[in-house]
Amino acid sequence: MRNETTANQPILEVISLEKKFPVYGSFGKWFGTKSYVNAVTDVSFRLYKGETYGLVGESGSGKSTTGRTILGLTPATSGQVLYEDKDLAKLTRNELRKFRKDIQFVFQDPFSSLNPRKRIGPILEEPLLIHKMGDQKQRQEQVFRILEIVGLQPEHYFRYPHEFSGGQRQRVGLARALIMNPKIIVCDEPVSALDVSIQSQILNILKELQKELQLTLLFITHDISVVRYISDRIGIMYLGTIVEEALTDDLFNEPLHPYTKALFSAVPDFTRNRLSERVILKGEIPSPLSPPSGCVFHTRCPYATDICKAEVPGLKEVRPNQRVACHLISAH
Amino acid sequence: MNSVPLLEVKNLKTHFHTERGRVTAVNGVSFTINKGEIIGIVGESGCGKSVMSQSIIRLLEHTDSIEYEGEVRFDNQELLSMPISQLRAIRGDEIAMIFQDPLSSLNPVYTIGNQIVEVLRQHQKISKKEAHKKAIEVLRATGIPSPEIRVNDYPHQLSGGMQQRAMIAMALSCEPKLLIADEPTTALDVTIQAQIIELIMELNRTMGMGVLFITHDLGVVSEICTSVKVMYLGQIVEDTTTERLFATPLHPYTQGLIKSIPRMDGNRHEKLHVIEGTVPSIADIPRGCSFSTRCPYADERCFNEEPLMEKVNAEHSVKCWNYAAINNLEGRA
Repeated sequence: MRNETTANQPILEVISLEKKFPVYGSFGKWFGTKSYVNAVTDVSFRLYKGETYGLVGESGSGKSTTGRTILGLTPATSGQVLYEDKDLAKLTRNELRKFRKDIQFVFQDPFSSLNPRKRIGPILEEPLLIHKMGDQKQRQEQVFRILEIVGLQPEHYFRYPHEFSGGQRQRVGLARALIMNPKIIVCDEPVSALDVSIQSQILNILKELQKELQLTLLFITHDISVVRYISDRIGIMYLGTIVEEALTDDLFNEPLHPYTKALFSAVPDFTRNRLSERVILKGEIPSPLSPPSGCVFHTRCPYATDICKAEVPGLKEVRPNQRVACHLISAH
Repeated sequence: MNSVPLLEVKNLKTHFHTERGRVTAVNGVSFTINKGEIIGIVGESGCGKSVMSQSIIRLLEHTDSIEYEGEVRFDNQELLSMPISQLRAIRGDEIAMIFQDPLSSLNPVYTIGNQIVEVLRQHQKISKKEAHKKAIEVLRATGIPSPEIRVNDYPHQLSGGMQQRAMIAMALSCEPKLLIADEPTTALDVTIQAQIIELIMELNRTMGMGVLFITHDLGVVSEICTSVKVMYLGQIVEDTTTERLFATPLHPYTQGLIKSIPRMDGNRHEKLHVIEGTVPSIADIPRGCSFSTRCPYADERCFNEEPLMEKVNAEHSVKCWNYAAINNLEGRA
């Protein structure tokens, strides 16, 4: 066993993560890079052991890129990701292999992330094979154990992905992440493709497993009510940066950033009075090809002033555990 | 309110003839829409809500393996038995439709303006120039900034929200009496969704058109619709006003759906409600009540006899044998 981390020791720390994707002209790479898509401009946050951190944002906010960069599925342009105080970029091949065992990924579309020509059993065994864990029989036993944990039947071992319903496929996706006995699971929109009655099943399983297996979850989603239900802490992303971060209850009791307020009020919710005041944002999220100067939100912000156009607001701790990136909000 | 409904659907059934036999996707749906009303159809994937909406204007006609039954009356005309040429004059003119994915319903090789002009000239005797002017007007009405420039854009040059606005502009260009909106906001971000919902409601107010709004999102329904029909396996199982649906849902399926959504004011530490099992395949609809296989209250009768749509009061109908017992309404209803 590795030494127990104290409560204040983050298991994973992301420090000023930046990811740019090059854009080439019509002749490909021949004449160099035309410009860059600034998918993630400056993201820092910490994941503590056993918690669920929700990363929320609209499409194009860079939430998925953040998740993928943390896993090393795409290299970061700059910034650091520390796992148990080790910089991931400086890991040797062997260390990286161990890291990959500890951190797993669940994708949005369970069908396109499963090989259609393989049965579920071999799909689930493959990671064990790659990491050379156990012999054939042990691996099979492990698969049957995991199938049971995620609520599937032993006979599903021999089925193909197309024989499963959407909810079952997402259970297989979960099973594949769990089979390595990971410490962290990054879930990228795991319930967005599912119907509400199936969605609640998967959310329940996730919550249960987390408690049982002491998992740390990074939960990436655009769905505000889902993230409220599942997360302990939430980071709100807009155009490549985190604009607000707080404990879930604090955030929903009193969102501070103008974008967070607008986002929450845009959620259609049948529990709310139909005639309640809504903040409807004008315009759309700007292109990450040419993000606005200063505060990225100033083009849509109803309260924007001159300083917002000129200076980038940093994330400031406004209240205990609540950080906001806005010029107009100061510490109480 | 107008005494003659704008659209009257009576016992509509849509069958597909497949290799494995006849499959009934829509199984006896009846409802009416009055002028200026926004009616919501809610259901999970596979409940037949999209097939139902497309059956109304017979969009599925090109497959000869399809069979309609029942009656669809629009403005005193019967759409299901009408010759297709006559129906074409109605589609796009008096009944318009918008779909979930705007990019795949817009023609990528024509400009937005071109496509709106085409709709206008198909249905109205106006010159190209006038049609172009009108195209700019409808684009402006849907809130597209600088429509004089945007009218010459190709679909891929617009963002998702703008594409959906362009679709709505096209649908509204002939000032339809009825708009069928099939999941128009599902592909959009919440802040953009809020804009589109606001737009549809405003156009409904100003133009007085009826709207059939199809969605899986109960939250969206609560924002926009005056009354709601809940569909399950090709049938309407509950039909009531929006207020009543959320305040006193009577059908066990509706109750399950509402409970399984994480609520913005709910307890985060409680387990979410789960509707047991999965939606059966429409090729294999259960005997008796179609929800019986997943219903926590199902008894002998539910498995054998199909319940009828029962009127609880003037505003509320439900298709369930035991709704009174489940909801403690015995003696009161």
